[in-house]
Amino acid sequence: MSLLRLDDVLVRKEGRTLLDLPSLDVREGEIHVVLGPTGAGKSTLLRVVNRLERPSRGSVRWRGGIVPWPAPLEFRRRMTMVFQSPLLFSGTTFENVAYGLRLRGEREEALAPKVDAMLRLFRIGHLAGQRASTLSGGEAQRAALARALVLRPELLLLDEPLAALDARIRERLLRELRQIVREGRITCLYVTHEQAEAFAVADRISILSEGRLLQVGTPEEVFYRPSGPAVAEFLQTSNILTGEVVAAGGGIAKVRIPGGTLSALSDLPPGSQVLVCVRPEEILLTPGAGTAAGAIEGTVTSVLDQGSTLKADVDCGFPLTALVTRRAAREVPLRAGTRVGVSVSPEAVHLIVKEGAAGSQT
Amino acid sequence: MTGIDEALGALLAMRQELLGILGLSLLVSGAAIVAAMAIGVPAGIFLGLHDFPGRRFLVTVVNTGMGLPPVVVGLVVFLLLARAGPLGGLELLYTPSAMIVAQVIIATPLVVGITLAAVQALDPRVHLQILSLGASRRQYWWKLVQEARLSLVAALAAGFGSIVSEVGAVMMVGGNIKGQTRVMTTAIVLETRQGNFTLAIALGVLLLALALALNWLFTSVQQRSKG
Repeated sequence: MSLLRLDDVLVRKEGRTLLDLPSLDVREGEIHVVLGPTGAGKSTLLRVVNRLERPSRGSVRWRGGIVPWPAPLEFRRRMTMVFQSPLLFSGTTFENVAYGLRLRGEREEALAPKVDAMLRLFRIGHLAGQRASTLSGGEAQRAALARALVLRPELLLLDEPLAALDARIRERLLRELRQIVREGRITCLYVTHEQAEAFAVADRISILSEGRLLQVGTPEEVFYRPSGPAVAEFLQTSNILTGEVVAAGGGIAKVRIPGGTLSALSDLPPGSQVLVCVRPEEILLTPGAGTAAGAIEGTVTSVLDQGSTLKADVDCGFPLTALVTRRAAREVPLRAGTRVGVSVSPEAVHLIVKEGAAGSQT
Repeated sequence: MTGIDEALGALLAMRQELLGILGLSLLVSGAAIVAAMAIGVPAGIFLGLHDFPGRRFLVTVVNTGMGLPPVVVGLVVFLLLARAGPLGGLELLYTPSAMIVAQVIIATPLVVGITLAAVQALDPRVHLQILSLGASRRQYWWKLVQEARLSLVAALAAGFGSIVSEVGAVMMVGGNIKGQTRVMTTAIVLETRQGNFTLAIALGVLLLALALALNWLFTSVQQRSKG
């Protein structure tokens, strides 16, 4: 069931379109991640949802009913937002976490156990009496999350809540946050530009770019079946080639690309003009000339060592980029000039019908 | 030492009158700063939060008002309250009320200006965060006051300092009447004119001590509430 729905929302400022959404819905109980680069309109979207910003056009529906502008206080109190920066107020950690409950007129004796429990849940119970200004970055963000969750919001809005933390703390807090939100069955609208963060928590992902919604789907759908080249590029599908379906049958399409052919799981008819997307981690490199069925030959042109993985550019008559784990790279020596076998399974090849061309995407 | 002995002697000799002058100084400037804060803080928050046609002009007026010459304020209030003036019927001229009015006009722009700067200096997301946690309009304003309180104490100190030490306006609209409108600064002017330099210096030292004590109090409050 849709908890929140935006229809035909447009936000324009100083002649620029910041957000243009025909529709977006957040279902009850889901973690809905809005993923997009900086400047995509993600924060604007959250402000519109929280009724802190009035859109130039469009409506916000809550459980089917239109929310007026200005929104009544009771509506705004159904949700709360956590920002990238903790934005703690002066006073102690306890006072910060208690702030929203005090706004709601909660009595001190009822409020204290809730605040204490939430502080313990976020592992900062021992910091309750400490001045908020003395907390570390990670502790402060835990306090900010506790301050929001102690209100038991019907919708939790998260605006890049972990982006300012270092990688180790971010991963730990992400796991804890995911567990707390799931166990509390809290509906969450989570915006981030971090792909890994999005896939770690999302039930559904919306891809937002330049204020426009490019795709909504499960992580699996968005990852393996991007709706267009912009989504594919944003999700680091390094291999996007132009091609044409030359033969089709039995659910397999043969696609001619400059310098060779690839097979893909698709029902597109011959003659379809397509973009061929292959994720770099789906490409298997084998030593020497390809022996595996369907393998093609190529020459490594450059290698980028990324620590746990190596990124190899391979010339197969057409360019491909492969991502190889360090362990796998022990068996396939990767240096510029090395001949390798290249295997791409048809399931790993996603075809997008080029705009203006007939047919449907697979 | 003779000079100091003389000064102390003079102060003791007029201690009854001196207590009256000191009390009136505190009463007039205290009432004026309370009124200036009551007007200036909400006005500063409003100007800091809202954009509307004419806002820039108002901010310019406030900034100009922060450096308003007290003697000009005194002249304007005098003309307004004079018997033939538009508010002459109130018969406030040469009363402590007239002095309070003049001092409110001097202190309010300072309070508005400092409050405005304090509100604008807050991270814009703090405003969204307060509202997002479910604050009503009134709760939101109160939280802004709490978050900007260090600057507001500075506004209080600056405003009070400017009026307790000014002489031009209170002299013009109060008239320096003994036992009625004489305050510390006008008493110093009078004693200097009469050649009682020892007493004038003693009163000056007393005024400085008063300013120091009050600012010590303000600073203590400010630093205790830090963080």
